[in-house]
Amino acid sequence: MVCKEVIAFLDEYVEESLAPARRAQFDRHLAVCASCVAYLASYRETIRMSRAAIEDLPPEVITAILSTIARNTPRP
Amino acid sequence: MNDAMLIAGLRAGDATAFEDLLQQYGARLLRLARRLLNSEEDAQDALQDAMVAVFKSIGSFESNSMLSTWLHRIVVNASLMKLRTKRRREEIDIEEVLPRFQEDGHQVEPSQPWTESAESMLERDELRALVRASIEQLPETYRVVLQLRDIEEMTTEETAQVLGITPNAVKIRLHRARQALRALLDGHMRP
Repeated sequence: MVCKEVIAFLDEYVEESLAPARRAQFDRHLAVCASCVAYLASYRETIRMSRAAIEDLPPEVITAILSTIARNTPRP
Repeated sequence: MNDAMLIAGLRAGDATAFEDLLQQYGARLLRLARRLLNSEEDAQDALQDAMVAVFKSIGSFESNSMLSTWLHRIVVNASLMKLRTKRRREEIDIEEVLPRFQEDGHQVEPSQPWTESAESMLERDELRALVRASIEQLPETYRVVLQLRDIEEMTTEETAQVLGITPNAVKIRLHRARQALRALLDGHMRP
């Protein structure tokens, strides 16, 4: 197995949806490839960062907007 | 009020059903629109358009579908319509940032470990802004999938239903979106 195959199916490795034999092939490659280990770690971090970067609307803003929508949406 | 009662109430034109729908699903749908549009005002407009669409199409809602998935689909569509009326965003060519490989299958540019993490990012506003700006640069078809799967935490199947594409297309777009986002962040996250 080479880096190209590992990176092509990295999503399935991260989601633990690979068959055990296939996962073992990935693990053998990762045991000897520092570049793929770094890629895997940064891929996982990218997912976590996407979630952590989100700024949510404050609850009072949500309430105010929903009240406006409730008032202004034309009923059938 | 459960979903079946909400649907029956909306079909009958019951005003309280609409209030209950907003109470049960409004906050989640508004957050979704806000994330897709990156604007409070546009999110409000999109949700309002979506609610009008709910009234118009509740008659054709198939009762074997999930109300939540159907509502998400309407809000995503209303948000994308809104997005397309706005100034064209600067989007990257995703092919340009995906990993490149040598003939023997090794990476052309070996990956380096990152020193920044999601935890360190929480205390640094500029890093969080950088991640949000990088997500904004992804082409729309990829960005929406990443937002639904990795940010809204919908399943592959739910995302496929909301976007009207196959689960396999969701998986492919998500993996490419994550790889592209990783590439955009890479230069900022290394020592």
